[in-house]
Amino acid sequence: MNVIPGVDPEDFSVTSETEVRTEELLINMGPQHPSTHGVLRVVLRTDGELVLEAIPHIGYLHRCAEKIGEKVTPRQFIPYTDRMDYLAGMNMNLGWALTVEKLLGLEVPEKARHLRVLIVELNRIASHLVAAGTYGLDLGSFTPFVYCFREREKILNLFEAVCGARLTYSYITVGGLMADLPSGWLDQCEAFLDQFEPVIDDLHDLLSVNHIFVKRTAGVGVLSRELAVDYGCTGPVLRGSGVDWDLRRDGDPFYTRMYRDYDFEVAVCRDGKYPQPSPPVPTEAVLGDCWHRFFVRMVEVVQSVRLVRQAIEKYRLAEGDIGQPIKLNQKLPPGEVYLETECPKGQMGFMIVSLGEAIPWRVRARSSSFCNLSVLPELCRGCLVADVPAIVGSLDIVLGEVDR
Amino acid sequence: MSIEEIFQHLQEKFGEAVRPGDFTSIDPWIEVGPEAIADVCRFLRDNPALRFEMLHCITAVDYLEVDEKKAAKASFVPHLELIYHLSSLTLRHRVTLKVMLPRWRDDHPGQLPRVPTVSNVWKTALWHEREVYDLSGVEFVGHPDLRRILCPEDWVGHPLRKDYQMPIEYHGIRAR
Amino acid sequence: MAQWLSDWLTLSPQWEWVAYLTVALLQAVILLALVMTAVALATWAERKVAGRIQDRLGPTRVGGRFGWLQPLADGLKLFTKEDLIPANADAVLFRLAPYLSFAPVFGVFMALPFSDGWVAHHFNTAAFFILAVLGLEVFGIILGGYASGSKWSLLGGMREAAQVVSYEVPLAFSAMLPILLAGTMDLVAIGEAQRGWFWNWFVFHDPFTFVAFWIYVICAVAGTNRAPFDLAEAESELVAGFHTEYSGFRWSVFYMGEYAAMAAVCGLGVVLFLGGWNGPIPVAEWLFGPASSTSPIVNFLSQLLGAVNFIIKCIIGVVFMISLRWTLPRPRIDQVMSMCWKYCFPLAALAFLGATLWVLMLPDGLLGQGHPKASTCEQSVMVTVERIETP
Repeated sequence: MNVIPGVDPEDFSVTSETEVRTEELLINMGPQHPSTHGVLRVVLRTDGELVLEAIPHIGYLHRCAEKIGEKVTPRQFIPYTDRMDYLAGMNMNLGWALTVEKLLGLEVPEKARHLRVLIVELNRIASHLVAAGTYGLDLGSFTPFVYCFREREKILNLFEAVCGARLTYSYITVGGLMADLPSGWLDQCEAFLDQFEPVIDDLHDLLSVNHIFVKRTAGVGVLSRELAVDYGCTGPVLRGSGVDWDLRRDGDPFYTRMYRDYDFEVAVCRDGKYPQPSPPVPTEAVLGDCWHRFFVRMVEVVQSVRLVRQAIEKYRLAEGDIGQPIKLNQKLPPGEVYLETECPKGQMGFMIVSLGEAIPWRVRARSSSFCNLSVLPELCRGCLVADVPAIVGSLDIVLGEVDR
Repeated sequence: MSIEEIFQHLQEKFGEAVRPGDFTSIDPWIEVGPEAIADVCRFLRDNPALRFEMLHCITAVDYLEVDEKKAAKASFVPHLELIYHLSSLTLRHRVTLKVMLPRWRDDHPGQLPRVPTVSNVWKTALWHEREVYDLSGVEFVGHPDLRRILCPEDWVGHPLRKDYQMPIEYHGIRAR
Repeated sequence: MAQWLSDWLTLSPQWEWVAYLTVALLQAVILLALVMTAVALATWAERKVAGRIQDRLGPTRVGGRFGWLQPLADGLKLFTKEDLIPANADAVLFRLAPYLSFAPVFGVFMALPFSDGWVAHHFNTAAFFILAVLGLEVFGIILGGYASGSKWSLLGGMREAAQVVSYEVPLAFSAMLPILLAGTMDLVAIGEAQRGWFWNWFVFHDPFTFVAFWIYVICAVAGTNRAPFDLAEAESELVAGFHTEYSGFRWSVFYMGEYAAMAAVCGLGVVLFLGGWNGPIPVAEWLFGPASSTSPIVNFLSQLLGAVNFIIKCIIGVVFMISLRWTLPRPRIDQVMSMCWKYCFPLAALAFLGATLWVLMLPDGLLGQGHPKASTCEQSVMVTVERIETP
């Protein structure tokens, strides 16, 4: 009999079925595995179906975007930000654009601000749809995935009409946006939202409150509040642990002023309740487990729909233009800025160190998925093999962003 | 809490080890001596008036002008900077710490500069320090598992150093 | 038939085995063709139902508007694929495994009555035979998992072993109820016992059989490795489980086994609980009179009607299993096991006990009308024992 970590072999008062030990098995999960969401590799040390240790290995998608940033001007770097979190290119564009604007001391016109909120929140919906759909796939349910991708496809169609790209947009740029909306776009967007809202309830039926789904996710991979903060987890992972923290409300003033006259609720569980409308929390769910992490995203989708609707109204009323992009080789003032924005996956931070030239001296991308993933060994200790995809899926990582 | 107040707290406790950085820049910062960084961080986290529970990011910036013509006019002496971004979720304030390091320990090229780890203060640092070690070449003393994280384990050099040369070939793959 | 062939060819007694072999091969070919057609239709139905559930069309190109020929195209593709055997696999067992998993399922169809006269081999212990043979399917899968030399396959094989062996128990228990009620293990007789209106079907016989029917459904889905109980091949956890390393034709043989098993458990369920070849309304009796009709054409027509009834019920069962797969997430292995041992098994045992008492207390049924064939419990148990003793 081997020694189980954390259990005294002499202590016979603790007797559980997990005490029966077999020979340990090292299993390589990934980089080609259906549910590691890209090229993540996790080495599992297992005892039968029990995972004793999970060690993530990353870097398969490393392109050293930070080094590239030292060779190109800020506007030229925008396409590289698209390729970090490729499911939320708009949010990445915005994070980078705002960081450069913070360095330049630039503020975009009102119309551009509302358009940015509109586009970014729409992309947040798209990203969360992928998260929810693939999470269903991780748990063996194929159909919600197709439903989610159907809705996401409609958002991508809207984005295509706006900027011509479906995945790597490079639409939000330093100083504004690349183009104004085409005529009739807002009506299409509203039509989409009207059609989309009932679909959220379908997804709740198929996933959130589905009995098997709850059984698979409730109480699995519980991430305590303290641990989440300790590991620097952010976004839905942090809020899933019950921490009321959303950069759109609590962040840098330079970022929060974008949302200053918007009305939304932070998707977090307060006294066992989530912002309405949402189904009640099942009794099995423990704060910080996979179910809560998943559910926070579903609730955020509702809030994002609210934000998009407000942004449409505000954009319609706004006067003026959508801002002028800075010159491609505009000189940057010397200085250092760091800015984090609330991206769908968490807080994505960009940092620029400038020595007064057009090309930054150093670019830093603090990736939210990177920090969220680092908690994986902690969560996977002592779970079952089948829980590993459930936990990885609930962290909702994008390897493009982890590896940069 | 403003940066001046935070600095007051730190100076009372650590004296010479902390120096005022730039309080007027966009993101004001405090300079911390390399040997004191772990203690300062622990103090910042545990002090009830400060409570910096979250480490956002560790960044290393390499200051070296490789072009010899420009190097003569450069506004800095060659060095490495570590930048720590911290914030408190409960008290809602932020601070930036900087640690100045030589580019090489004792100016021997190839000897990585050393700094105490903060991974026992915040677990975020576990991976961030590995990343800094991997890409910028800083050795974190006391880190439990200081391996390369983004580059392959047998990679040579630290890509984010300014004098880094991309290898011509890596395992038979043309790299340059 | 063999005798007839032997006489016709005027074979001497020592050459009679040739006739037997020829006839056996002929019957096997017919059954195989039947099973393959069922499998092809099931794969087509799977893709079509999945498509409809997922708000898309499914196959539309091959073979007209509805993609009828899609299974053929799939088969053609699979035949032409490269057949790989991993370097560290046990080559012999690796080759053997798919056939071991398919052959038993195929054997099931030998004893499955399609109608009261249409059964390849009329056993008086057919129910027992089918349950036993279906249980053999697991060996092929365990072997495939073990012989692949891959850890994922091994885990899949281990899961399969644990799961299928466990679910055999409640499956057999719930299948015992109709055997008890009809007093025989002969599937034809069990089907005959449910003749008449649909309330004569064993599923509606009493509350306990109703419960047992649903336990049978759960265990049948679990026993054939269908989602949501497809833990042995859980693609998001174990890559593809026991068939990770299989490709091309061998892979498709595993799949044939799975679909054939679906059809087989549906067929068994239909005979045991859903009246077999008896329609919900006794149309056949009105049209053709009692089953003892002598006219061969009338007999043929009544058999055909029975077979159509049976096949329609099977199709409903298969489509139900398919729609389950595309709707539900997959439970975890420990949940699957606890569901079997903590819920299905005790419930099946209770239902068995309850049904026994029911027949004992209310031998004539709740309404006092009596059941056409089901005798008192005493008799039926006696008969069952007798049948087991004298196979």
